[in-house]
Amino acid sequence: MARIGVFVCHCGENIARTVDCARVAEALADHPGVEFSTDYKYMCSDPGQSLIKQSMKEHRLDGVVVASCSPHMHEKTFRKAVSAAGLNPFKCEMTNIREHCSWIHEDRAAATEKSTDLVRATVERVKYNQALSPITIPITPRALVIGGGIAGIQAALDIADAGREVVLVEKEPSIGGHMSQLSETFPTMDCSQCILTPRMVDVAQHPRITLHSFSEVDAVDGYIGNFDITIRKKARRVDEDLCNSCGACMQACPTRKIPSEFDAGLGTRTSIYVPFPQAVPNVPVIDEPNCLYLKSLARRRKSKKPARSRKPVCQRCVKACGPKAIDFQQEDRLVTEKVGAIVVATGYRLYDIGREQDEPGISGYGEYGYGKVPDVIDGLQFERLMSASGPTGGELRRPSDGKVPRHVVFLQCIGSRDPAKGMEYCSGICCMYTAKHVLLFKHKVHNGRATVFYMDIRAAGKGYDPFTRQAMEEPGVQYLRGRASELYRDGDVVRVLGVDTLSQEAVDIKADLVVLATAIRPQKGIQDLTRKLSVSVDHHGFMNEAHPKLRPVETATAGVFLAGACQAPRDIPDTVAMASAASSKVLALLSRDELEREPQVALVDTANCSGCFHCERACHYGAIEHEEIKDGQGRLIRVVARVNPGVCQGCGSCVAACLSNCIELQGYTDDQIFASIQAI
Amino acid sequence: MNIGYYPGCSVHATAREYEESLKAVASVLDLGLDEIPDWSCCGASSAHATNHLLGVALPARNLALAEAEEMTRVLAPCAACYGRLSNARFELGRDQALAREVGVVLRRPFRNSVQVVNVVEILQELLPRISQRTVRPLAGLKVASYYGCLLVRPSKVTGFDDPEAPTSMEQVVDATGAVSLQWNKRTTCCGAGLSLSRLGSVVRLGHAILNDARASGARAVVVACPMCHSNLDFRQAAINRSRQHGAPGRAGELPILYITQLVGLALGIAPSKLGLQRHFVSTRPLLERLLEQQGMEVA
Amino acid sequence: MDPTDEQRPILASQVLERVGRDPARCYQCGKCTAGCPMSAEMPIKVGQIMRLVQLDRRERIFRDSSIWLCLTCETCSARCPMDCEPATVLDALREMVVQRDPALLPVRIRAMHQAFLAQIRKNGRVFEMGLVMGYKVRSGALMDDMTTAPGLYARGKLALTPRKLRGIADVQRIFNACGAQVGSGVADSLRYLGSRR
Repeated sequence: MARIGVFVCHCGENIARTVDCARVAEALADHPGVEFSTDYKYMCSDPGQSLIKQSMKEHRLDGVVVASCSPHMHEKTFRKAVSAAGLNPFKCEMTNIREHCSWIHEDRAAATEKSTDLVRATVERVKYNQALSPITIPITPRALVIGGGIAGIQAALDIADAGREVVLVEKEPSIGGHMSQLSETFPTMDCSQCILTPRMVDVAQHPRITLHSFSEVDAVDGYIGNFDITIRKKARRVDEDLCNSCGACMQACPTRKIPSEFDAGLGTRTSIYVPFPQAVPNVPVIDEPNCLYLKSLARRRKSKKPARSRKPVCQRCVKACGPKAIDFQQEDRLVTEKVGAIVVATGYRLYDIGREQDEPGISGYGEYGYGKVPDVIDGLQFERLMSASGPTGGELRRPSDGKVPRHVVFLQCIGSRDPAKGMEYCSGICCMYTAKHVLLFKHKVHNGRATVFYMDIRAAGKGYDPFTRQAMEEPGVQYLRGRASELYRDGDVVRVLGVDTLSQEAVDIKADLVVLATAIRPQKGIQDLTRKLSVSVDHHGFMNEAHPKLRPVETATAGVFLAGACQAPRDIPDTVAMASAASSKVLALLSRDELEREPQVALVDTANCSGCFHCERACHYGAIEHEEIKDGQGRLIRVVARVNPGVCQGCGSCVAACLSNCIELQGYTDDQIFASIQAI
Repeated sequence: MNIGYYPGCSVHATAREYEESLKAVASVLDLGLDEIPDWSCCGASSAHATNHLLGVALPARNLALAEAEEMTRVLAPCAACYGRLSNARFELGRDQALAREVGVVLRRPFRNSVQVVNVVEILQELLPRISQRTVRPLAGLKVASYYGCLLVRPSKVTGFDDPEAPTSMEQVVDATGAVSLQWNKRTTCCGAGLSLSRLGSVVRLGHAILNDARASGARAVVVACPMCHSNLDFRQAAINRSRQHGAPGRAGELPILYITQLVGLALGIAPSKLGLQRHFVSTRPLLERLLEQQGMEVA
Repeated sequence: MDPTDEQRPILASQVLERVGRDPARCYQCGKCTAGCPMSAEMPIKVGQIMRLVQLDRRERIFRDSSIWLCLTCETCSARCPMDCEPATVLDALREMVVQRDPALLPVRIRAMHQAFLAQIRKNGRVFEMGLVMGYKVRSGALMDDMTTAPGLYARGKLALTPRKLRGIADVQRIFNACGAQVGSGVADSLRYLGSRR
């Protein structure tokens, strides 16, 4: 016969106001298997816990039910107390008679009766509770950071400075991300590159950071503490060890008119190039589709004609390179890294107003000319035009004819807050960067005019509102509340038709340049990456945090953390803060040798498993492994499912999917659940 | 190929040349037009502006008649008729309650199975044939294609072309050998709905459209809607006289052609058979220039 | 009129019920007004009308000519980021006026709709000569466009006699079943003109 103790908590007045706790305790005293039953004002207090421990000893209890608040709050507290009294902590269960009863009911008699029923159900369940022990997993004390923008750089440096090794993967030829493209930063007007490039150099020189640039995460295996990462190092075709960054190859390259990605298409580059002079690593990469030699090779392969003794095309970079670092034979290479934690910091891209879109539900803006109207540019392009390292050397010259624009129109909320054509959400940073653009423009073109179309000014950060006020009050600057309805080319100006909704005055502006503050979207390929990581994304593709309030940098997959704009649009200060928060989570994990996990994981009864692997398809976390059952001579008898307890999240999907009914979730077995149900 | 045909009221009066040219072109392109027997007015634009049910029931009557004739598609040359018929089809498709109500009003079986197409759409389908049978390419004729509102909007109702940056008319124009111009007011409303009751608005709107067409270098504006045509042709004298808008007077006259007339010219159909003499803004100088280029005389 | 009065059905919900579009979604970006070809002439611009619907200032909307100046060109609906379809909302507002207080229609607009619908009701199709004459009688704008009729006639564009449908009874039954009420006969219109403000 079981010897179960029932402890009914009043939670001050929280429960006792609606539930007659003494009556509940009384009713349970007669229940078969209940050895002791009592109520108390605050069960979680020290005296309350002592009461439990004391009673356990006195009555030699072998199971404990605490009827009180949500297990979210105090399950740990009570299990610890039970454990201290010498019983396996998993022999203690809670019944939630606060959220499930007192807080939601008014009728005291009914609430008391319901509480009694619920506690009875828990008592029956506890009769079947097994002693469980926490699972321990060894930890690889290294971290992977995916993405080398400011978020990834900050996370990598924080973790590495704290003494753990970091593997940093960046898909572009250089780290730096979008921040390296910016001219100044709001609201302090620090030069973006001036504050960023030292950090980039720190990354390059850090003894505990391994940088894989021009690389992508190919595959992710394993689980928290023990991830196996396969990284694809794309063929750079320049040997990183041999290259001395002299730049002679770029001087020699004859294809010079390729639109530069770094300059947002406004400048040009060669086909062997470093994206910008301060690149880390400062090693060029050869752009395969544009390189004359590689193109000629591809043509030859395509034509399938026997290789004639034609002279190889171009290869001027090879001749120009002193240290012989150029290697056209180089191919993509896969490397593997073992890590214990992962930080995702893949950042953002800008919404494009063009006709062709990559997602259903987004349509681009025909009324703004689908991006085909000359001198209509986006925010990043404006940054490049303003940047001293930009295509115009920091002089504001419009793309069409190089003239200095006198009247610039800025349109905010393009693709943001627009469920019909773009994204429903606010992109968060555009009010601020548009204000910055206005001030930078006025700084460069003193007598220039700026008109800003805004919807609402969202400037909630420290020092942000005064900054936008400064822009609004600047002479020659006009903020109009509303969205422009139409843009079109008229001679050498862009006509902007709009209205100021505060005055209902229509405006028809002849602008020299139009800057669109386009929506922030998650980086391309995020869906692919999140699938590899088993992390969910929202319907815009931003990664989901584990809890929007209390676990903002964790994901639902243990050991995977988030930093920056991959989770939602963020500005630099928030991104850096989030990166540091993610690294502190990583460090907390990596500071231990072993990981202890709750033992509520699925367990396969291998004797009955038919090996159908329905469970494998049901599992979102990739926790189902194949186990080979062999006979004494080592011959394979059959293959059955096995749950990797390190990966299992205890969700129970496999239990429901199992056709032969041979998977049980520890702590939530069929016996326990049926016993509870039958008690009601 | 045969198609159901819903002429609409205006092609029997002010837009006579639209039907004349459509029929002439259709016969050269081997397109049979089966007129819906005993068709009635679609109600544009007064019915739907004042009584929602009537605005759906009137066009639905015609679609039901077409269905009874086992027509699968109906061509509505007038953009307003096209808009009303498409709208009835769309609303009846999405609103079951309305469909029941209309069923009661119509008192005839109706499955809403008939598709509605406009003239540009059908010409677009016949593009290869137009190119093939063009005997007098209109080389060098600079044309501004004017869509107006109802061909492309509301796009979820018509589902035709892009509401902001359409291309279909230009495709047809290009097939005739004429030159499609880039201009800005292609889909800006001409004010047809107020043609009778508010001439001042029509003059203002028409002026902006014609001015932009002229600025782009157009020698003619091509339309596919009797109301656009009426506003830009019949009202053009008033528009060009308007001192308030700094209008150019008679010197700025710009012929307004139906797209079927343009295609007809390229197919070698005589101008008189296309009703080109019926316009208020004379098409004669344009035709003279064109035929002179081709070494012919105006018929 | 207190828009916070909870007893009265809110105008926005009435519009939603009529045409399935919710004016409450409008967040006043102004794209509709900015793109509207008639904004310059409307005393209350389309975006303002959307706001007044939200505030339930129906008197201001109904006593103003603005909703009757709408060309239903649908530019606003095509560009509305919230998919409110302002053109459809205006359709609903006009319908409400016609059904509840037709005396509020501007004379010429009312005359135009009356003449138009009268034509369809009578002939099944619009006979333009009849339409123009009907409009003139109803609106009192007798001298407008007097010079254009000969021009139309000369170009063969003016039919002088209407052609009636065989199924005219069918069309008239539809009118009756729909409860179309703009007023049909000329006599009705003359009565109306006599009483106009």
